[in-house]
Amino acid sequence: MNRRDFLKNTVKGIAGIALPLAAFEFVNPRELFATKDDNAKVRWGFLVDTYKCVGCGLCVKACKLENEIPYDANVSRTWVERYVITKDGKKYADSPKAARDGFTTGKIDLGEGKFQEIRNEDIEKAFFVPKLCNQCENPPCVQVCPVGATYQAADGVVLVDRTWCIGCGYCIMGCPYGVRFFHPKYLTAEKCNFCYHRISKGLKTACVQACPFGARQIGNLKDPSDPVTKIIMTERVGILKEEYGTKPQVFYVGLDREVK
Amino acid sequence: MKNHVFRPLLVVIGLIVIALIFRFFYVPKDFGVHERGYMYGWYRQGNIEDWRNFSVKYQGKDSCSGCHADKVENISKTPHAIIQCENCHGPAMEHPSNPPKLVIDKSRAQCLRCHSWLPYPSSGRSQIRGIDPDKHNPDVECVMCHNPHKPSLEGLT
Repeated sequence: MNRRDFLKNTVKGIAGIALPLAAFEFVNPRELFATKDDNAKVRWGFLVDTYKCVGCGLCVKACKLENEIPYDANVSRTWVERYVITKDGKKYADSPKAARDGFTTGKIDLGEGKFQEIRNEDIEKAFFVPKLCNQCENPPCVQVCPVGATYQAADGVVLVDRTWCIGCGYCIMGCPYGVRFFHPKYLTAEKCNFCYHRISKGLKTACVQACPFGARQIGNLKDPSDPVTKIIMTERVGILKEEYGTKPQVFYVGLDREVK
Repeated sequence: MKNHVFRPLLVVIGLIVIALIFRFFYVPKDFGVHERGYMYGWYRQGNIEDWRNFSVKYQGKDSCSGCHADKVENISKTPHAIIQCENCHGPAMEHPSNPPKLVIDKSRAQCLRCHSWLPYPSSGRSQIRGIDPDKHNPDVECVMCHNPHKPSLEGLT
């Protein structure tokens, strides 16, 4: 190597090192995919107003009967949680039988047949929170399915193919919200699907229809004139477990930090 | 290549071909990658139709008023107007063709869903007129005195 070549190579080398790595990222397939035109006209979303929920459980009853979930088995596609926070800072939460029969007593169900009596004057705040599948934009339950039995439809609803599910249970473990369970009759993974048979016929879900207080609403997030979309866009709403990055599409009015 | 290497290789290739042929016939033709891409949209297209064809059980109040307009009209003047007929009368899927199919829930437990008073200051529950089920005529059905279609106290029978 002569002196001229040495100097040339040194300059080239330094220039090469100085180029930031980002300059080489001309095409990121993931970003390309995201910017691709999204043609879907419908994206189902859900709005829960916890101020309106009184814990009657009529939604759970309607859901179980509509979707043929064995009525006395302790599994449900949707449920209602009760939170009671006492003045000494203790937090109680329960959902006996998924609140199928509502909350008819002030005693908290601790499980295993034990109940906690709470005196009226000790209660600081107490409220009900309905739960259901969040139909996440990034559903972890779908990613873990080894056979392609659970998937996201074009309108955002996550469905389970009962004929294809092998019952391995990965999705049940993968859901951070615990909305999945085994169907006792079909022995496949089961979950809320926003009453897919109803919403695709223009009906409301069974729980939305059954709620006397309007605590549950469903709407099309792609339609800016949809009343539910308007509330989600313009009012203060929260989502559950944002830190998981699942982008849930069930929005809550009146969430509390105790609600997990 | 030597024969003792070649022959087991043929067996392996044969097994792979058999597996591919089995897969060709076993996996439905509409199974593949759909709108949401490989990560979220890898499924059998026909299943969407399967779910859409699932039977609808709850018909809604508008469907009831087709025949029972008078009943729907009467209850719409009371605070119970917000409650769907089928919440107590049961899902009406087979009702017009098979009337006895409807099982009316007149139980005390059904009323207590809302009317068992709970002292929850931050919930609408405490604003609903309610009773303490242990003290207010325990073991008697509510409908013995109260008319759920006319829930005001004038409706007492």
